[in-house]
Amino acid sequence: MLNIPLKDYFRETRIYGSRLTFAAGVMVLIVVILLTRLLWLQVVHHKRYVTQALANQITPVPIPPVRGLILDRNGVVLAQNYPVYTLDIIPEQVSNMAATLKKLGKLVTLTPADLKQFQHERKNHSRFENITLRAHLTDEEAARIAINRPFLQGVDLHARLQRYYPLGSFAVHLLGYVGRITEDDLRHINTAAYRGTSFIGKLGIEQFYEKLLLGKVGVKQEETNAHGRSLGVLARTEPVAGKNLILNVDAHLQAIGENALRGERGAAIVMNPNTGSVLAFISMPNYDPNPFVDGINQKAYDALLNNPDKPLINRALNGQYSPGSTIKPFLGLGALESGEVKASDTVTCHGWFQLPGDRHRYRDWKRGGHGVMDLHDAIEQSCDVYFYTIAVKLGIDYIHDWLTKLGFGSRTGIDLDNESAGLVPSRAWRRAQGERWYIGETVVTGIGQGPLLVTPLQLVDAVSALANGKALMRPELLRAIENPVTHALSYVQPHVNKPLVLDDPRHLQAIVRAMIDVVNGPHGTARGIGWNAPYPIAGKTGTAQLMTVAQNAVYHRKDVPERLRDNALFISFAPADHPQVAVAVIVENGGHGGGEAAHIARKLMDYVILGKKDKTKASQLPVANTPKEEVTPQ
Amino acid sequence: MSGRFRLPFDLRYDKHLVAALLAFSVVSVFVLYSASGRNLSAVGSQVARYVFAFIVMFAIAQVRPETMRRYSPHIFGIGLISLLAVLIAGEIGKGAQRWLSLGLLNVQPSELMKLAVPMVLSWWVARDGIPPRARTLAIGGVLIVVPVFMIYKQPDLGTAGMILASGLMVLFLAGISWKLIIGAIIALTAAAPMVWAHMLDYQRARVMSFLNPQSDPLGAGYHSIQSMIAVGSGGIFGKGWLDSSQAHLGYLPERTTDFVFAVFAEEFGLLGVLLLFSLYAFLIGRCMLIAYYAQDAYSRLLAGALALTFFLYFFVNIGMVTGILPVVGVPLPLISYGGSSLVTLLAGFGILMSIQTHRRIVQH
Repeated sequence: MLNIPLKDYFRETRIYGSRLTFAAGVMVLIVVILLTRLLWLQVVHHKRYVTQALANQITPVPIPPVRGLILDRNGVVLAQNYPVYTLDIIPEQVSNMAATLKKLGKLVTLTPADLKQFQHERKNHSRFENITLRAHLTDEEAARIAINRPFLQGVDLHARLQRYYPLGSFAVHLLGYVGRITEDDLRHINTAAYRGTSFIGKLGIEQFYEKLLLGKVGVKQEETNAHGRSLGVLARTEPVAGKNLILNVDAHLQAIGENALRGERGAAIVMNPNTGSVLAFISMPNYDPNPFVDGINQKAYDALLNNPDKPLINRALNGQYSPGSTIKPFLGLGALESGEVKASDTVTCHGWFQLPGDRHRYRDWKRGGHGVMDLHDAIEQSCDVYFYTIAVKLGIDYIHDWLTKLGFGSRTGIDLDNESAGLVPSRAWRRAQGERWYIGETVVTGIGQGPLLVTPLQLVDAVSALANGKALMRPELLRAIENPVTHALSYVQPHVNKPLVLDDPRHLQAIVRAMIDVVNGPHGTARGIGWNAPYPIAGKTGTAQLMTVAQNAVYHRKDVPERLRDNALFISFAPADHPQVAVAVIVENGGHGGGEAAHIARKLMDYVILGKKDKTKASQLPVANTPKEEVTPQ
Repeated sequence: MSGRFRLPFDLRYDKHLVAALLAFSVVSVFVLYSASGRNLSAVGSQVARYVFAFIVMFAIAQVRPETMRRYSPHIFGIGLISLLAVLIAGEIGKGAQRWLSLGLLNVQPSELMKLAVPMVLSWWVARDGIPPRARTLAIGGVLIVVPVFMIYKQPDLGTAGMILASGLMVLFLAGISWKLIIGAIIALTAAAPMVWAHMLDYQRARVMSFLNPQSDPLGAGYHSIQSMIAVGSGGIFGKGWLDSSQAHLGYLPERTTDFVFAVFAEEFGLLGVLLLFSLYAFLIGRCMLIAYYAQDAYSRLLAGALALTFFLYFFVNIGMVTGILPVVGVPLPLISYGGSSLVTLLAGFGILMSIQTHRRIVQH
């Protein structure tokens, strides 16, 4: 470089100097930009970033509340919670997944299905997220994991309470069950209330009293690092446990009913006629709700669904049956109240009934006929011809209005969702369908056939009204709400659906006398249960053909043709002079109502009235299972 | 040369640069101690690197610029060959490869290139005189593009970009015409879609997340968001040394390397940032002065390019941390934890010291 010409050197210096100065200028400009940016971040938006930094560190972690227990009136636990452990993995924190899984495989049982499920979940979740490797660890397994946790980076043990029904299938149609919250549920629940909980009442009491049982979610403000590992709890709002529900139901009585109906399809409801308290709510067959809690597998569900006995159907709530002759006392009362029929009016029964100008014979169940019948005899002996006659006399619209007064055709308002309303036909109803009413249908309505459909709940509610003589009560499953901390009880007050307004109380007395003779009279259709009863019973038998099993149209079409035998029904209350208990029993395809159905009713009434003397009642309850035996890992 | 001790030879150094670099080494140690979560061994190895880098710097400062100029093409040649070796090794290893393992020492050829490219360009342009002629420019362009392309292929977009910039700085300082510069900028803008088409997915994701960090807050945008939270939450006065919650709770990624400035800004606030910026201003100002007073074309171009490149590192890193530039993986010079880049940086300052202390006419 020594021989550079001097002129070039100066030119070079000038060019270079100007470029360097230009660059210096650009640098100053850039530094100004950077400082402006820093001013923007650190001064202008400082607060916003402080908030975000705190939000980073403090994670609100919901603390799920303990769901309320469900107990029977004597404190028998029907639904409870027990702790289960799940084994979770955060993949991001695991350096060698294969080795970790192998290590875990030695500590707990891991089936190939568990591993497959895990790998599947892994693909669908981010690396930071918790993935459950196994649910329902046994206590021993949980302890083994807990001891080894220091050597298991990224592996976590979580405890939560799970719903459990210790008596298995017992009273399932009453209790219902909880299940996982589905997309469908999410649309109509307040998701904030369910944070930290993944279960919701799906059926029965669990569904109806969901809000009471759920409790209030708590929250702890947890300081966490970027991996989500807790570093400590800064603040804590305790959850509020759900309320315990004490039912009117007596588990022993419920067990008597379930055992009596075992192997049958049917329903039985026992009620205190004065208050509406439901003492037993039986629908058989039943099923074990426990597998539903964690999600029943498709195979087991299909088995229940395709079972010809339809155990999933709640017959007590949704079974809609032809009442058969059990409608007669109600129609009889209606006839007296109408003023068109006197109790002493007689009809001569030859074994059949004919409408004027029609050759069709409506037969009586007794071929030769009952002879001369007044209302009392017609109820006691269940004479069909008598009721054909008065049905035509009263007309379908009067029958409709009267039965509606007694609660038929509308929901009783029991504390369960999706109650069926039954059907009380009328000409208006038929017209709404675009058809006309035939008088022949009025005739058969007189004996509880035809389009008329009632539910077991409506029957027991209506017969209770006859028993108390005052009102239609709202059936109540819930007896009291218990505060789980203070154990303070708040009782459910009886609720009158509507008063029973009668022109003359003697009309009701006449009907009740006839019902007493159904059970106790020499010709009574249910004298089989009356001859040895230590207390007076008023009742009425019914024998009806099954029209529909209700609820799901898909089922009954398949079902009905297979089962053509008559349904047996029985309604009653006792003691007849000062009623304490009312019962409605239906046994599908059970034949004559004075047979099995009446005997089941007798057993139920015996327990309520003579219960204290019944030494076998304790053995009636199914043995409570411990969760570990019952719940197998899914 | 003043001093109580008389060395057996004349040790050449620039006291301003040495003082500034010592200050940086202290800042680096303190920041890293906090950012690493009080990891003393990490701090220790950073100290060791600083010591080694200082030795390298002093050694290079003793070499005459004339010698450097003469051997610039050789150094560049060695750099090219080792880059090729890395690429081939990477090809065999089926993955990204930046290191060349030489027994105990891992050499990153791209680090060597950070110095070799401005050196060879200064040599090439100075040989022809300033301003460069078209032929000089064309060949100079090839000298830049070949190593840049090889580093881009590694793939290391950040380093490739910085080396490209350092080469272009030389050409800029050599006085290529403004027409050419503006024309090139227009051409590059037009070619942007083509570059986009050739970028790798992760590179595109970074650009996308720069344009909109919230588009993928847990993925590519995560770095930007968390780093802005750290800087912003520091405020004017900062949270105090060792109190960066973003770093200590693990929210801030790469907190000892590319994002160390976020830790600094969170802990020391805007006031600390202003102090740090002053330190950088002093260091870069001194480099610019050295470049300004350099006396021959090679020294001028090289000194100027090194000063500007150093500034560019600073700018790109701070811009990235504060969210005004995409996340490109450029460390904060002199502060970030990291071996070879520190040695390269101080080697660069060694060159500047050599240029400063080997002037024939001392003007100031």
